[in-house]
Amino acid sequence: MSEPSIAEAMLGIVRRDLLLAARRKSEPLFTLGFFVLVASLFPLSIGPEPELLRRIAPGVLWVAALLASMLSLGRMFAADYDDGTLEGLALAPVPLVASAAAKIAAHWLVSGFPLVVVSPVLALQYGLPADVIVLLMISLVIGTPVLSLIGAIGASLTLGVRGGGVLIALLVLPLYVPALIFGAGAVDQQLAGLSASGNLSLLGACFALAALFSPVATAAGIRIALE
Amino acid sequence: MSTGWINWFRFGSPQAFYPLAGRMMPWFAALAAVTGAAGLWIGFFVAPTDAQQGEAYRIIFVHVPAAWMSMFLYVVMAFWAGVGLAFNTRLSAMMAHAIAPTGAMFTFLALWSGALWGRPTWGTYWVWDARLTSELVLLFLYLGYMALHAAIDEPRRGDRASAVLALVGVVNVPIIYFSVQWWNTLHQGASVSLTRAPSMAATMLWGMLLMAIAFWMYSIVVVLGRARAIMLEREAHADWARELKEAAQ
Repeated sequence: MSEPSIAEAMLGIVRRDLLLAARRKSEPLFTLGFFVLVASLFPLSIGPEPELLRRIAPGVLWVAALLASMLSLGRMFAADYDDGTLEGLALAPVPLVASAAAKIAAHWLVSGFPLVVVSPVLALQYGLPADVIVLLMISLVIGTPVLSLIGAIGASLTLGVRGGGVLIALLVLPLYVPALIFGAGAVDQQLAGLSASGNLSLLGACFALAALFSPVATAAGIRIALE
Repeated sequence: MSTGWINWFRFGSPQAFYPLAGRMMPWFAALAAVTGAAGLWIGFFVAPTDAQQGEAYRIIFVHVPAAWMSMFLYVVMAFWAGVGLAFNTRLSAMMAHAIAPTGAMFTFLALWSGALWGRPTWGTYWVWDARLTSELVLLFLYLGYMALHAAIDEPRRGDRASAVLALVGVVNVPIIYFSVQWWNTLHQGASVSLTRAPSMAATMLWGMLLMAIAFWMYSIVVVLGRARAIMLEREAHADWARELKEAAQ
């Protein structure tokens, strides 16, 4: 059998991770359930006034998506680390950076993309108008990959570390700040009747930067963990 | 040594650096004490009372240098972490590790003194100003660095993992700063403007600069001392460390 090309190998990793997620349905559903639950806690704690809820909806939905995405980071590499798959990937002829990028893409498909799909339902609960809902989805489509990319660095650095779950939050949440500001800001501006394109462009810039650096840093983190 | 050429790389080994750091510390400590005393004297007795803010403004002689140092030390820490990661030098990683607590201390000092200054001046301890918010995020970055290092039992792995985090952080700090600034201008009007600094009396500037130098020298002393402790801890098995221990007994 000939060696697979980099693209084939990456596709294989994505397919494998998606298959694993499909067999263990609970994990993506946990993320989704958490997202919905956190978003519904806010009306219960703040009160049901539609005006107020509409005003805070962009921020609340973005924070809920951010926390839900962060919650699934611990499982990004953990199983592969435990059973030695990561070591195999590190030794494989395919560069580890490419494998890391594929793992990140798979993570987004499993725990980032479902958030985008569910977000309109939550947005309706918060009484957002249709154009704002569309923009919320656009901002999440651009923003959740940033969360997966940055989170992957934290996940790789905390592999096999005591108290990894809490530690990931401490490492990753400060780095999420720009994505949160631009993402929630875009929705906020649309809600206020302003153009959201500036914030969306900056969010896109964050994505480009993260896509460039994160796989490299993640691969470095994995190698450090495997030493 | 006849050519006057010093082999700097020799000091890259803990064995050679340990006594050098020990010899340097008193000098930097003396410099810190002198500049600190002079800076505080200017700050409290020479500098005129501010027309608008009264005596409360004198907090800036601690606050501004602390904020400068907090950012400067993060960059220095990331630099040493990067050197340690690239060249796999033990000492660089130890230096990065030794800088982090001092940097976090200065960040906290800047936040705390800023809150004390803000209360009489702005009438509130905290505003979600771009500088305050990014300083808070910087504190979290320091804490994350230290927590990651502390959570990993094997020191070499801890060095390398936290070095990656420091480098990621240093790329992010300017992005965070600008994003927060932008968010800030979007959300609230210029009720409080930090950028519109009143023209400063020369004595105030001198006091601030002297305090900045004092903090800098203090950081060097403390970091060298902490690095020495880390060296002894990690190299306890080495001959030179054992000899040192025997000589002390």
